[in-house]
Amino acid sequence: MMISAWTEVAAILMATTLAAITITPWLAAVFRMGADSDGSGEPETDGWFSRSLGAIQRPLLRAAGVWHIREMTATEYGIAILLFHGAGFGLLLFLLRCQPLLPWNPDRLPSVPWLIALNTAASFVTNTNWQAYGGETTLSPLSQALGLTVQNFLSAASGLCVLAVLVRGFVRRGSPTIGSFWHDLVRVTLGLLLPLAILVGLLLASQGVVQSFDTGVDVPLVEETLTAAGEAPSTRRVVIGPVASQVAIKQLGTNGGGYFNANGSHPFENPTPLTNLLEIVAMLMIPMASCLAFGRWVGDRRQGYALLATMAVLFLPFVVLIVRFETSPNPWLAAAVPSIDQATSSEQDGGSLEGKEVRFGPASSALFAVATTATSCGGVNAMHDSFSPLGGLVTMWMIQLGEVVFGGVGTGLAGLVAYTLVAVFVAGLMVGRSPEYLGKKIESREMKMGMIVLLVPPIVTLVGTAAACVLPAEAAAASNPGPHGFSELLYAFSSAGNNNGSAFGGLSATSAFWTLGLAAAMLTSRLLTMLPLVAIGGLLAAKRTVAESPGTLPTHTPLFVLLVAGAVILVGALSFVPALALGPIAEALQPPAAGGGPR
Amino acid sequence: MPPPEASRPLDLSAMILRQLRPTITLLIALTVITGVLYPVGMTLAAKSLFPLASAGSLLLGSDGTVRGSLLIGQPFTGPRWFHGRPSASGTTPYDPTASGGSNLGPTSAAFTTLVAERAAAVRRDNSTDTATIPVDLVTASASGLDPHISPRAALLQVRRVATARGLADEEVRRLVAARIEPAFLGILGRPRVNVLALNLALESLDSGGAMAELSGEGNRPQP
Repeated sequence: MMISAWTEVAAILMATTLAAITITPWLAAVFRMGADSDGSGEPETDGWFSRSLGAIQRPLLRAAGVWHIREMTATEYGIAILLFHGAGFGLLLFLLRCQPLLPWNPDRLPSVPWLIALNTAASFVTNTNWQAYGGETTLSPLSQALGLTVQNFLSAASGLCVLAVLVRGFVRRGSPTIGSFWHDLVRVTLGLLLPLAILVGLLLASQGVVQSFDTGVDVPLVEETLTAAGEAPSTRRVVIGPVASQVAIKQLGTNGGGYFNANGSHPFENPTPLTNLLEIVAMLMIPMASCLAFGRWVGDRRQGYALLATMAVLFLPFVVLIVRFETSPNPWLAAAVPSIDQATSSEQDGGSLEGKEVRFGPASSALFAVATTATSCGGVNAMHDSFSPLGGLVTMWMIQLGEVVFGGVGTGLAGLVAYTLVAVFVAGLMVGRSPEYLGKKIESREMKMGMIVLLVPPIVTLVGTAAACVLPAEAAAASNPGPHGFSELLYAFSSAGNNNGSAFGGLSATSAFWTLGLAAAMLTSRLLTMLPLVAIGGLLAAKRTVAESPGTLPTHTPLFVLLVAGAVILVGALSFVPALALGPIAEALQPPAAGGGPR
Repeated sequence: MPPPEASRPLDLSAMILRQLRPTITLLIALTVITGVLYPVGMTLAAKSLFPLASAGSLLLGSDGTVRGSLLIGQPFTGPRWFHGRPSASGTTPYDPTASGGSNLGPTSAAFTTLVAERAAAVRRDNSTDTATIPVDLVTASASGLDPHISPRAALLQVRRVATARGLADEEVRRLVAARIEPAFLGILGRPRVNVLALNLALESLDSGGAMAELSGEGNRPQP
């Protein structure tokens, strides 16, 4: 029966690739890459798509007073990003704190406590979507729609804007400017994310993902209505709401914050195996298409294929491993309770089923898990905390690789390009060639910015985890004993420090240390990767192009793909293997014992 | 920080002030578009295109009352009912206002002990002395609301349910077999049985076959 699991995994990955190829021309047309040479402010690229997008953005940008300002320097672009993040943070905080005073709060939910509100605002503005809130019990439909859904769009759009700036760095020659944040933001939000979200949202709603103005239906329990004659049966409130619209963008924008506490494992967020496929496709397709669009933008499609191949080389082995781990029986459970059948057959699923849904089974739960951690989505359809030790290790390590294997929309590929610059630089040093990538010389200032992008997330992750470990009261937030408890701490800071947002959910991260510490990790990591990337774009755009010479290192060959993948693995391994050894690896090495594991 | 060659003096405060108006205007405009127009439009579209699915896939009884949602499991404990998976939601099992899993680690003693207790209970309830117990019946789902169990987990309970209801084993087994949902296109997802739908079918079998109304999703009950 393992054959059916692999067929399913392969089918989902093929559907994803097809979807990515399909949207590539669309994504490529969203950004204007060339300089605004005539200063007219009108879109100079022709085609109906660009023209109609221009027509939509014109009134918005006129109202904002920036229609005629088409171009910014890197500094201005960075300031615009900072201001926009700040304003979004403020608005979200206001919505959460003033929830009871605002309309569309039919269940009269109280104001979100300060710590949770601060954490949630930081989490959604930074595209992390760590869920400190318990969706259905904390947030009104207004907060969900006006607060969370909006940031799902805007944080994802900001990520793509950063990618656009980086690409302009390669495309432009001797240009002091790198495009306008406001133009990019509006184009990508209204031209790409919104139409895709409408499409995905309607497909999801057709399958049973709820989308309603109502907040719930009271249902008497079937068993009690018939057995407890005379007594009023207890009821359950089935919570519904505007879910499909939020789930669509949470997947597409690699956000991951769910409408419900159980996120994408809740049957109203992900009701069938078909919606599961759709959600996996939705979270992977923009990051994959970005690679292909990159090739189109820089005028050499082979460069895009090479970047996509690099991601695939880093992704596929882990898919195979995690599917293996999760479909295999749990040996600790087998030793403690021998009468449980954990084998997979046509009549039942085997493997690790705690924290997984029957309709998905362990194989596609594992695929979802590796996809959601490889991209910076962080939505889940199964509880990673209950994964096998090594399955949990895969999810954690995908996050710790810095979210460059697919990664967040825009920021993932931009991060991989930073790794590419490092690989070019290192290769250049080794053979004595002057390092260049796509015709631009890579010099010390780009490298310094690149190193910030590479090193801030691991530093934030490890410092945060270490702090949690030396504060006994904070380390006690872990619910599981022993190495698994350490994994919960490490996972939390990995997730926040790389803007992923998934969790080993057993951690009760509600203290001031955890809420504020994770919020600080999310903000530091997001801003200190985005801003240096913008800076690299600015530095490169100002340079002249160097002509290709026999000494130029080709950057589309399999050899180069392995070089970049090696750089990613090396940084990830050097940073995290010691920590992983204390957590999931130590846990996996515990001998199974009859009557239970360690205390 | 970002500046390229400092060809002109950096006037940061002027730069910041220049970006204030677009920041505020575009945040408001995009909030209205993606936070109001988008969800409202989607709700109206979903309501008219998929009225049943978008309203929670509710199941109606023959008298028109809501019996539950096809997608949301309910707790069943008595001998006359098929039991679903253990649920770790909120403080009570199958609580749709507090979905969630146990988050117990795979090697934790708390986890293996809990599973051992559940296995003993399944064994006691169903008096299965020889058969092994399918793992889905003794592990909690991720949402705590999982409406499904594996076909084997359902078949394991046939004898108990049939005895408690005074039905023939074969009749109940046929009912289960007819309700096994296959994988989508034979590829996606796993074969499974919806426990609530199965129990509602049982109930109407009991009451003389008045189950025509239960064939699918019902209408929205409340405005």
